[in-house]
Amino acid sequence: MEKTERGQLFYKGISIIVLIILAVLFTFPLYWILTGSLKSAMDINQAVPQWFPTRPTLDNYERLFKHPAWKWMFNSVFISLVAMGLTCITAAMAGYVLAKKRFPGRTVIFGLLVCAMALPKQVILIPLLKEMSFLHLHDTLWAVILPTIGWPFGVFLMKQFSENIPTEMLEAARIDGAGEIKTFTNIVLPIIKPGIGALAIFTFISSWNDYFMQLIMLNSKEKLTISLGIAKLQAEMSTDFGLIMAGASLAAVPIITIFLMFQKYFTKGITMGAVKG
Amino acid sequence: MAKVQTKNTKRIFNHDETISAYLFLLPALLFFVGFVIIPMILCLVTSFFDYTMTEFKFVGLKNYSEMFFKDKVFLKSLFNTFLIVVVSVPAVTIFSLWVSSAIYNLKGWICSFFRCIFYLPVVTGTVAVTVVWKWMFNQYTGLFNYVLKAGGVIDKNVSWLGNEKIAIWCIILILFTTSIGQPIVLYVSALGNVDASLIEASEVDGATKLQVFWKIKWPQIMPTTLYILVITTINSFQCYALVQLLTSGGPNNSTSTVMYYIYYEAFKLYRYGYGNAMGVILAIIIAVFSAIQFKVAGQSRD
Repeated sequence: MEKTERGQLFYKGISIIVLIILAVLFTFPLYWILTGSLKSAMDINQAVPQWFPTRPTLDNYERLFKHPAWKWMFNSVFISLVAMGLTCITAAMAGYVLAKKRFPGRTVIFGLLVCAMALPKQVILIPLLKEMSFLHLHDTLWAVILPTIGWPFGVFLMKQFSENIPTEMLEAARIDGAGEIKTFTNIVLPIIKPGIGALAIFTFISSWNDYFMQLIMLNSKEKLTISLGIAKLQAEMSTDFGLIMAGASLAAVPIITIFLMFQKYFTKGITMGAVKG
Repeated sequence: MAKVQTKNTKRIFNHDETISAYLFLLPALLFFVGFVIIPMILCLVTSFFDYTMTEFKFVGLKNYSEMFFKDKVFLKSLFNTFLIVVVSVPAVTIFSLWVSSAIYNLKGWICSFFRCIFYLPVVTGTVAVTVVWKWMFNQYTGLFNYVLKAGGVIDKNVSWLGNEKIAIWCIILILFTTSIGQPIVLYVSALGNVDASLIEASEVDGATKLQVFWKIKWPQIMPTTLYILVITTINSFQCYALVQLLTSGGPNNSTSTVMYYIYYEAFKLYRYGYGNAMGVILAIIIAVFSAIQFKVAGQSRD
């Protein structure tokens, strides 16, 4: 008995050590981005890498802002915010109805949404691009925003959260003579608020990072997002690592900050979205 | 719930409620039909056409026969895609299960700390992550060559991304680091929900840790495992951004994936019909994989 207990303690100790090593390895790329952005070209091209920037400089950032980096930043923020807002509104309405109302076509619609979610969304990018050209939206920020709202994950997530609304409360509201809209804003919304928070942060981060969609929809230099901007810098100046790391920092730091601030909501969104997929 | 059941079986629907329900659904449905369903149909239909910048002609199954019988690059891309899936899906699942088992019963803040760390590469964004790895893999100023040389593992600088045999493994490695975040979040929550009284009871009966895991925890987290398998498979099949940013499919198509090749054919060579046909095949393959996983996982649950 004592032997197995000691063995367990030993195993636990080992796994903690391995975890700490892994944690260091997983944070290292981020560390390398941030410190790399502060190194001069000379320091970067040394044969022996500098583990810590001994002569930090803002030169890379100065050069970065000679490109329209703020504009790229603005575009990323605009896309993510608008996609987030519209997704939350449409998904909250649809999710509530799918969870709480019985009407003809409900199972068919829900089935379609779930099936679509299992399909690879990148596959439809070619026809989506054609559709955007047809609507004269190609190379506008809306070409990225609209398809993001259409993706059914949000509706699915909000349906999961709406299942928790007590049916008695809805019936009581109806008996009191509250209309559908009033019921929704006064009773449903307060209850599913945490769910909306989860969906909001989830949509914000995923549309911020949806590089492929942005790549296909946006072309002109002032329409690029920050992700596209860095990719473009990398394609044009592939060995100017200081500049590229400055761009990567600019793209990564805000989104990581937001993630850390709303981490709880985010985790909730991921787990709720998975329950009985 | 019982009330709902009877309503449903009798198929009595309130007319006003139906109208209001559809009004609530309308905005979401408009976006869903407009930007998911219609493109899907267009994708399927145009896959039977010779569809380029100038041409639009029905060709039946010609696109499909071309990719399987004539197009060596497609077959190579298909092979690479399978390689990525076959390696990364089990690796991601097993690794994230191990990490989650090790952290889920640690103190609250320590557990969330580790969960955050492993989620970082996902949040940082594909582009930022890829550019820093590209630098670390660089033949002259990259960290890998320096560290491995200093450690005596290699004696001269390796061109990691320029080597046909190695490049794909570099991609798999980065894909791995950006794929484990979500599974860990899911597993930690699933393991936390395993019935604690069952575990205690079996420990009192003298079950070993391993027995507790296989007999009690494993069956209970099975739905989570299944979900993780499916999403990781879908994501691995769609591996695109990494390839485009890191190697552009090279050297000599050794890192081209189906998704990358679709993009190449459609947006560089403007062969939309052909690209869509490959998209249809990719979707079918993913559907088959998911179905198999459901079937196998469903059986092992019984």
